[in-house]
Amino acid sequence: MYENPDGVKIGLEVHVQLNKLKTKVFCGCTTDYHNDPPNSHVCPVCLGLPGSLPVINKKAVEAAIKVGLALNCKIEEHTQFYRKNYYYPDLPKGFQITQYDFPISSQGYIMIEGEDGELKVRITRAHMEEDPGRLVHEGTIDKSKYTLIDYNRSGMALLEVVSEPDLRSPKEARRYLDKLRNILEYLDVFDGNLEGALRVDANISIMGGQRAEVKNISSHKGAERALLYEIVRQKNVVRRGGVVVQETRHFDEAREITLSMRTKEEAHDYRYFPEPDLVPLKISGWAPAIKETLPELPDARRMRFVEQYGITDDHAKALTSELKLAIFYENVAKKADPKTAAVWICDVLKGELNYRNLTIDSFKKEHMLSVIGLLASKNITEDGAVDIIRTILDKGGTPEEIVREKGLIKVEGDIVETAALEAIKENPQAVADFKAGKEKALNSLVGAVMKKTKGRADARAAREILLGKLG
Amino acid sequence: MWASINELRERIHADSSEEIVAEYLERIGSSKLNAYITVAKESALSRAREIDSESNDGPLAGIPVAIKDNISTKGILTTCASKILTGYIPPYDAHVIERLKGAGAVIIGKTNMDEFAMGTSTETSFYGSTKNPWDTDRVPGGSSGGSAAAVAGDEAPLALGSDTGGSVRCPASFCGIVGLKPTYGVISRYGLIAYANSLEQIGPFATNVRDVATLFDVVAGYDVRDSTSVDREEKYSSALENDVSGLKIGVPEEYFGEGTDEKVEKAVWDAIHKLEDLGASRTEVRMPHTKYALAAYYIIAMSEASSNLARFDGMRYGLRTEDSDWHTTFSQVRAAGFGDEVKRRIILGTYALSAGYHDKYYLKALQVRTLIKQDFEQAFKDVDVLIAPTMPYPAFKLGEKIGDPLSLYLADVDTVPINLAGVPSISVPCGFSEGLPIGMQIIGKHFDEATILKAAYTFEENTDFHSKRPEEI
Repeated sequence: MYENPDGVKIGLEVHVQLNKLKTKVFCGCTTDYHNDPPNSHVCPVCLGLPGSLPVINKKAVEAAIKVGLALNCKIEEHTQFYRKNYYYPDLPKGFQITQYDFPISSQGYIMIEGEDGELKVRITRAHMEEDPGRLVHEGTIDKSKYTLIDYNRSGMALLEVVSEPDLRSPKEARRYLDKLRNILEYLDVFDGNLEGALRVDANISIMGGQRAEVKNISSHKGAERALLYEIVRQKNVVRRGGVVVQETRHFDEAREITLSMRTKEEAHDYRYFPEPDLVPLKISGWAPAIKETLPELPDARRMRFVEQYGITDDHAKALTSELKLAIFYENVAKKADPKTAAVWICDVLKGELNYRNLTIDSFKKEHMLSVIGLLASKNITEDGAVDIIRTILDKGGTPEEIVREKGLIKVEGDIVETAALEAIKENPQAVADFKAGKEKALNSLVGAVMKKTKGRADARAAREILLGKLG
Repeated sequence: MWASINELRERIHADSSEEIVAEYLERIGSSKLNAYITVAKESALSRAREIDSESNDGPLAGIPVAIKDNISTKGILTTCASKILTGYIPPYDAHVIERLKGAGAVIIGKTNMDEFAMGTSTETSFYGSTKNPWDTDRVPGGSSGGSAAAVAGDEAPLALGSDTGGSVRCPASFCGIVGLKPTYGVISRYGLIAYANSLEQIGPFATNVRDVATLFDVVAGYDVRDSTSVDREEKYSSALENDVSGLKIGVPEEYFGEGTDEKVEKAVWDAIHKLEDLGASRTEVRMPHTKYALAAYYIIAMSEASSNLARFDGMRYGLRTEDSDWHTTFSQVRAAGFGDEVKRRIILGTYALSAGYHDKYYLKALQVRTLIKQDFEQAFKDVDVLIAPTMPYPAFKLGEKIGDPLSLYLADVDTVPINLAGVPSISVPCGFSEGLPIGMQIIGKHFDEATILKAAYTFEENTDFHSKRPEEI
């Protein structure tokens, strides 16, 4: 049972860009602008030119319903758009079209791994809105002499997923974000690697006090850091006899601190009212057909992997935590021993990829199958297999080429045996120590055998041979 | 002078569109009315020559049309009669402009209006007041005063306006011409610069019902870019028949209330009796929530306006003042660019939507709107059309009411309920008071423009109010 000693309560508002749609949410401009010049994918609608009118992108609503269903939400009978009124240079109409009453979906939940086992995090609502443009400052925001605005992003479909304050630690917050992102990728509505794909506002309070809302968090790591900072800050306020006030704070990602933006008294009055240019949408009838198209989600796939492939739950969890990794594994597991594949993909390949900041796209499934094949036929040692994986990632090539070039083919048993006899002969002290009960002495003998065989011996086999000779 | 579409067609056939357009341009050039903000002389003449050379057989081929300056015209300055849109040339055409161009029409210019369509007299324009062709000391009505004055003053045979709370019907009435406010959704608003989106419709002006119907046929119809646009195609001009036998007219007594000029009241009653003589029947109907319409209308219109006009910040187009940090710049641009009436409505609308007041004002106004709609639904169970004065009095003097916003708001008492309900209404000339035209409105059921056009046409065929012309011109 997790004690939650500081009474931390965290709720997250996650803005997810539905960047796999072909067009923006209220106009026909493309969403594929990331490599193009600023302001090259704009039209009267996403520029908010006088007289232009929004038209809802049906695919965007379908994607939002899909997410709502995957988050176990209730889908609203009618959904309605509202105007949120505020001035900012990135907002070309002086208001943002968003949702208020009657969001597309509400009252769902996500299961995550909490501090003390499974934790159900309630989802308040998941509603749709339009993304503003992007401000570009020369240097830092406070020192820049001017600001440039790129409206290519203006009008991208965003889904704001709002959770209840069910999270009790920064770690749980990160896991929640990981899980949400994972689900969205499975749904094929979201590419988390694109700029601005995911932005987080975090509400956090301690010991039943007032909450602070931390804005401008753009990564999972950022969320964890900002929340850790906030807990310390709020604890310090209380320790000094102060009271935490309700306010909005800005996360300075470079300095990893939060700064006060405005207090409750200074809070914006957004003057929400129904968007007169968009009619209410009756969407209750859409959900059943969309439900049919829902893919297998991470939790279901994890359970299936355990059952179908007989792998451990830890491996299944790791493999399903990224859609591409799960697909990669399943492709390998169809043609090789699933358990061996899980071990090598989870315990070796994933670590090597993480170390190099690479994704699974950098490694071919055929190469994984070759490596597993070479191991199974005892042609290479485990050390050799690791060497092959590292070499492919660092320099490229195929496993067969690397085996040839590096001479990694495992040496024959009688050569190991000869090497073992030599090692025993040349290291009388180690032999004596081993016989006197120091088991560690065996390691130096194994090392000597490996040295004599230039690493091509299988360490485990060498150990057994040595034990046989000494025993 | 004051040629109809048919007469113009014959003349274009005999002479050329270029000659016709040149004649109108000449009259505009020597006019004192100030009906236009921008005269599109070069593009109009070159378009006319194009039409002449390609033997275009569109319904409006070669015929000039004046456009209210809140309708976006690609390549032609579009100002909403506001300083804040100084230099704004839209990169796209409104749906109605596309339709007009497709029908062969020639855009002759952009007409004066109350700033952002906020007014009843065309006096809030940054470009100065427009004068009433019947008496140049008087207002033409508003907010589409420039369009109505242009048609009444023979500076365009046809014009488009927009009607948020009476802005087509009021100037039609004051200028002695015909103006139609269609059912909400019949004409696409794409390209119409919004004042109050949930209330307004673009509407046609002409000197007679047939031409209004022809222009309406051209600009009406479904547009995928306007989510509130309705998918129904109808040919309104073919509904015009000189026949009202069996037509059931309802007369709502609430529209003849306190403040209604006696001569206006008499002219409208005479018109009703005339229609009775022609075979229509009459009953009195009650519309008990009418007295709340004005308050509800202004709250809704101002609330929507406060949001619609937020985009004018000088960042991307229009007026730009000296650069500073963004909020200072926004404030400076808006302080310098908007006139007093616009500022008043933005402030009132912002207030009505604010936390703590939203439910008391905005939400209450929406509830009233529902009750007013029900009044109409109830009335239309028993009658086919409603007839009432368009305006409680004829055109007032320039400067007479502009210092007293409330009395100007009260002038809209008979027009705003129609916008709240979203039903169609046509204003037609029905009399004169000391040389000034009087208009009556014929109000119909949702999407039943055919019936009100037919009633208006029949009235016109059997009276001669529409054929009288101002003498001053």
